[in-house]
Amino acid sequence: MMSSSFSVFRAGISFVMMCIFYTSAVDSPELSPQKFFSTLQPGKATLVYFCQAESPRTSMFLEELNEAAKPLQDYGISVAKVNCVTEETSRYCGSEKDMMKAYLFRGNIALREFPTDTLFDVDAIVAHVLFALLFNEVKYITTLGDLQNIENALKGKGNIAFAYVRAIGTPEHRAVMEAAFVYGTTHQFVLTTEIALLESIGPEDIEYPHLYFFHCKPVLDLTQPCRRILMKQSLTTLNIHQFIKTMEAPLLTEVTEDPRQVSTVHVQLGLPLVFIVGQQATYEADRTTAEWVAWRLLGKAGVLLLLRDSLEVDIPEDTNVIVRRAEEEAQMEFLALNHIDLIVFHVESTMYIEEMGKYEDMEDLNIGIQDDEVEETVYRDRKRQLPLELTVELTEETFHATVTASDSIVLFYAGWQAVSMAFLQSYIDVAIKLKGTSTMLLARVNCADWSHVCTKQNVTEFPVVKMYKEGQNPVSYTGMLGTEDLLKFIQLNRISCPVNITSVQEAEEYLHGELYKDLISYSSMSVLGLFSPTMTRAKEEFTEAGSYLKGYVTTGIYSEEDVLRLSSKYTVPLPALLLARHKEGKIESIPLVNVHVQDIVQIITNASLETFPEITVENLPIYLRLQKPLLILFSDGGIDLQHEKTILMLAKKKYLDSLTPCWLNLKKTPVGRGVLQAYFGTLPPLPLLVVVNLHSGGHVFAFPSDQAITEQNLLLWLKKLEAGLESHIKVLPAKEWKPPLPAYDFLSMMDAAASEHLTRKDPECIKETDVQEGDKEQPDDKSAITEESTGTLKMKHSSRSSWFEEAKKLLRHDNKEL
Amino acid sequence: MGLSAAAPLWGAPGLLLTIALLLALSLHPAQTWAPVHRDYCVLGAGPAGLQMAYFLQRAGRDYMVFERAPGPGSFFMRYPRHRKLISINKRYTGKTNAEFNLRHDWNSLLSHDPRLLFRHYSDAYYPDASDMVRYLSDFAERLGLHVLYNTTIAHVTLNKDRRAWNGHYFILTDHRGQAYQCSVLLVATGLPVPNQVDFPGSEYVDGYESVSVDPKDFVGQNVLILGRGNSAFETAENIFSVTNFIHMLSRSRVRLSWATHYVGDLRAINNGLLDTYQLKSLDGLLESDLTDLAIVKDHQGKFHITLKLFMEAGNQSSDAIPLPQDDNDNFAMRVAYDRVIRCLGWKFDFSIFSKSLRLSSGSELSKKYPLVRASYESKGSRGLFILGTASHSVDYRKSAGGFIHGFRYTVRAVHRLLEQRHHGVAWPSTEHPITHLASAIIRRINEASGLYQMFSVLADVVLLKENATIFEYLEEFPMQMLAQLETITGRRARHGLFVINMEYGRNYSGPDKDVFFSDRSVGHMEDAWLSNFLHPVIYYYRHLPTEQEVRFRPAGWPLPRPSALHHVVEDFLTDWTAPVGHILPLRRFLENCLDTDLRGFYAESCFLFALTHQKLPPFCQQGYLRTQGLVGTESLRQHGVESGLLWDSAIMGQRQGASEQQPGNHRPGGHPLAPGPPVSPFNSNKEEL
Repeated sequence: MMSSSFSVFRAGISFVMMCIFYTSAVDSPELSPQKFFSTLQPGKATLVYFCQAESPRTSMFLEELNEAAKPLQDYGISVAKVNCVTEETSRYCGSEKDMMKAYLFRGNIALREFPTDTLFDVDAIVAHVLFALLFNEVKYITTLGDLQNIENALKGKGNIAFAYVRAIGTPEHRAVMEAAFVYGTTHQFVLTTEIALLESIGPEDIEYPHLYFFHCKPVLDLTQPCRRILMKQSLTTLNIHQFIKTMEAPLLTEVTEDPRQVSTVHVQLGLPLVFIVGQQATYEADRTTAEWVAWRLLGKAGVLLLLRDSLEVDIPEDTNVIVRRAEEEAQMEFLALNHIDLIVFHVESTMYIEEMGKYEDMEDLNIGIQDDEVEETVYRDRKRQLPLELTVELTEETFHATVTASDSIVLFYAGWQAVSMAFLQSYIDVAIKLKGTSTMLLARVNCADWSHVCTKQNVTEFPVVKMYKEGQNPVSYTGMLGTEDLLKFIQLNRISCPVNITSVQEAEEYLHGELYKDLISYSSMSVLGLFSPTMTRAKEEFTEAGSYLKGYVTTGIYSEEDVLRLSSKYTVPLPALLLARHKEGKIESIPLVNVHVQDIVQIITNASLETFPEITVENLPIYLRLQKPLLILFSDGGIDLQHEKTILMLAKKKYLDSLTPCWLNLKKTPVGRGVLQAYFGTLPPLPLLVVVNLHSGGHVFAFPSDQAITEQNLLLWLKKLEAGLESHIKVLPAKEWKPPLPAYDFLSMMDAAASEHLTRKDPECIKETDVQEGDKEQPDDKSAITEESTGTLKMKHSSRSSWFEEAKKLLRHDNKEL
Repeated sequence: MGLSAAAPLWGAPGLLLTIALLLALSLHPAQTWAPVHRDYCVLGAGPAGLQMAYFLQRAGRDYMVFERAPGPGSFFMRYPRHRKLISINKRYTGKTNAEFNLRHDWNSLLSHDPRLLFRHYSDAYYPDASDMVRYLSDFAERLGLHVLYNTTIAHVTLNKDRRAWNGHYFILTDHRGQAYQCSVLLVATGLPVPNQVDFPGSEYVDGYESVSVDPKDFVGQNVLILGRGNSAFETAENIFSVTNFIHMLSRSRVRLSWATHYVGDLRAINNGLLDTYQLKSLDGLLESDLTDLAIVKDHQGKFHITLKLFMEAGNQSSDAIPLPQDDNDNFAMRVAYDRVIRCLGWKFDFSIFSKSLRLSSGSELSKKYPLVRASYESKGSRGLFILGTASHSVDYRKSAGGFIHGFRYTVRAVHRLLEQRHHGVAWPSTEHPITHLASAIIRRINEASGLYQMFSVLADVVLLKENATIFEYLEEFPMQMLAQLETITGRRARHGLFVINMEYGRNYSGPDKDVFFSDRSVGHMEDAWLSNFLHPVIYYYRHLPTEQEVRFRPAGWPLPRPSALHHVVEDFLTDWTAPVGHILPLRRFLENCLDTDLRGFYAESCFLFALTHQKLPPFCQQGYLRTQGLVGTESLRQHGVESGLLWDSAIMGQRQGASEQQPGNHRPGGHPLAPGPPVSPFNSNKEEL
């Protein structure tokens, strides 16, 4: 309907002629090149696709093209398909390579060619074609300077519609182009895809497309900026049309008729009318006020000036503003508002409530109930006595002396901060486990008490764990905030890193896990760097890498004269790394070609990843870093050895290189059930293989449960998967994590209290409030939640002054009425 | 001024520097006439001057403090006359947090040395002024501050020079004729000139600065005191037990500091006389404009109050001058006084500053202060800053900028501004992931002393960065300069900002208000905006307000109208750490401003989200995914399951095949743990004009 009204505006391009030739909108006519060129009319635009042969690749495009024919026709642009095969070829037919191109002609002049992949759907086709045709009407810009030039050039002359779209060919781009088709001759359209440009003119939320209307025409003083009005609605053709209509409407209309009878374009667009009631005696001032209001409400409501003396209808004595909603049955509101802000607030707030209807009563939302699991659990656990005495509490006086006197681990926390208090419990658990065995002193500082100590140690967030060793800079712990990982860090820090190995004998013991037997359980891999005594630089780099990995991986270094014995035994040239995987009893050798610290760290980190790991809560982040889809074998308990063998075999044959294969033990990681439930809705029979594409698209595929997990079946399935022949069982939600609940809107409460002084006493008030109260009782499920949450801490309403209750009722009443 | 004219002749800065060095080394500096150059010159070695010297010294700047007296804090050698300081020296707070304790220490200056805390200098809650003198001289000595004592700066002029930092040098000339050329001039001279009112008979009046402090001198006398400030009441307090009566006369009514929460108004410690007035014990308070007054001395040497109007009739004989009681026989001040004492406060000494500095006095209300911007820089000349008591025009009658416990922070703010302006050292800040935002704010509102003392003047600023995933925290920024934040701090505010301020309730206090009304305290967080006592208020702006917006902000607002606003409900203990009462509403506010979910999650929850959602909440992104997830303990897990907030494997087992349960929302309690309903954040009510 919109588009048909567009063609009325624009009659420049004949449309009738085309209809004669191409009657079908569904199927564009197929012509031979010669016939086609004979049909071209001067000044007439045509989008032509020259195709050589039908193929599945072109069929998809043709479908979209067919669909675009109708909307394009509305703009007087015809669509044609030329078959190059049937008769003699034209140069547009091109070779095989150019097969996928479409051309835009005006008359018989080719204006532009489009690779068909830019015309990926109807929106893109319409957007691109209009963009090419409206070359003069729509200026594409990339810098703020461009915009300012246009703005300056148009001051006193015309207005600007400035749009930001995320990309060319998007639906919002199409909407802007369609609007430009209609309004392009009235207003200058300016388009950008540069986010930076948008950022520089407004602080708006830049994730979304934007359209601003710049009122430049009324600006006569060239040093003044144009007023910019942002369109609030999403960029659709209809919304833009409405928005521009309101922008074009007179800013302020003076009326002398009954406000009930007045009609403006706003009423048609469903916007409220705001009448500023003035009188002849104060006409100038009233008009100024009304203009102010009009600017503030531009695009949101129509503003009219009504002179009391020139009117026969009775308006209540103290009324200075009348608001008439667009709905037909809406009552007129007679208001006494003594400030422009209040008028704007009144109009906007009710619009806001209409949009936000579901949050009318904040109390039902339980926004005062804790929904942060860490805060809640720590709060519930607050009465438990922790054996804090197992760690040393440090103060401003004792801190320095303690950390210099002995090797210490210090936890910096804040007594009021839930995350650090949750971690304090794990920390105490570490102390319990290490009780009497560690040479490392476990200490803690409560930064809520000893703020300056923490600041001096550069601790400005909580929790932080630092290790202080004599003669070394303090090291921050960067592992998981849990007992196991911290314990591992402390234990592995007992030995220097890298350990200096002094003989071949010792090196062998080290590699076979005999040297540091008790540490094997904390580090399943030992790294030994082999260097000849003269490789000073390489040794330095390795030593630095070792100290970087300190606490996470055991590293050793051997560079005695007889190092060649080891190098030949493990058949690796120097310098080299030997990686001993204790679990598998394997020793791997890697020649060190690149000897920079970062490279060495990278090599060791990568080597510590397993081919087919058991995925746990603790290690998932490490494997997610690979950015590959996960192939997860869910198992209820330990893994089936046959399955393990199958997958290891596939991995060995490099079939799984594009995936991260892993398995999940539901006994050890019970939360895996939650994952399965999310995938299947119910707990499926196990074991079960799943591919989860977390990083692109979030598709989840399940290996058919009726097939055995064999090398062959799996390989076939993976191949089908890759070819796109398998359908997913689920798409993981890509939703952003938005605020779980609204906040108290104190600004509105303050505004309401301020306006409440002005809009007092309305006889209908009581009745309306009653209705509200009645409504409140229905939601059963919500009250159930409240009951269930009695265990959580909810503040009781304390003495609240009664006038505030009154204000709230009034506010509620307003909401309802509007 | 021959010197200032000669100054441009000294061309090369290198030469100036050499001479400056020579002078510094020389034992006879006064003999040379060449101006000595200093980047920073500080006038006055009082608390503000020394505080600035400390910061300049720590930053390794070239500076000199000039002090007329032989030691620091000369004001305190004489004043207050009765020696009792009314700034509190609270040595016990029950807390060990040194920053928090400064909230209740009104005398210490800021330094890194914990020995330089005032509590080590006096045990008295209201300490003796001589302890302050001792403290200040220790402060200067121990920190090795560069102070030139016995040097009276007699004249200050401006010398244009394009090479100078500010386009001009300040030329200071001391009493020996030695000139000093300064790039930046920091005036911390306090208010040294007693206020006087000129009226017929004012010559009979004793000034506060010289009146006897020995009560014996007032035995059996009728005393009239002019003024109603703390010095007037302090004087009355000292003698009211031995006089016949004391009358106090001032233009306006007495303002009690506990009613106005302004420490410069009459403090309870001095108001013993109010008690006797209200209990009809002969002492009394009267209001009248002092400039209409006249005092007539009769032949017995007693003083009579009359009006200037009557004096102008022309008859000079004292007995013949008409008195108000001649017509109006119940005129309040019809008795004769033995003594009239003037206690009218002090004002800034403008006399040494040449006109070229364009240092003018403030508006009618704060005439005694030089006019400065909210950055404490003079409006007349760039590079001239007013510090300390003299800078109080910024927050006169509002905050504590005229007192040590306030200006120690404003001095620091000025120093930070100078570091950025002249040395490219950006305003100190810390950077954190957005999930630490609530904690960073909670920490500061609970311990920061600068925010607490300089409420509504200095505010913390949070600058959002990188699509609001990271923020920068800046402390104690002069909030009226918010529009100029980027230039002053050298930091960028491109992605929105929060301003953290402390405020009293809008209509709570004032000279005529009953501050003990029964509903004065607010307990529920929903009513936080009605809080009356000092409480944190957080402003959210999607973009930096402009100068216009700051200047034309709504009446009674410290800042322009923000995009969203949060009040943390007032707390009786000023302890804003309650998980539900304080932290939760703050988190919801931040979430809605930033349009994200700022809840904390255990590693297990993050694990679940990581495998069942394409996007993770910020806490999991910034913690768990970087292998810094919060693992938790079994007992915490148990609580989590009981509260229904944490995933429960037992329930899963029972509910096998329960297909009605929605995938993704695995929580039996039904609380929205997964991304909630699309709450429209404050952003949705945008307006562009």
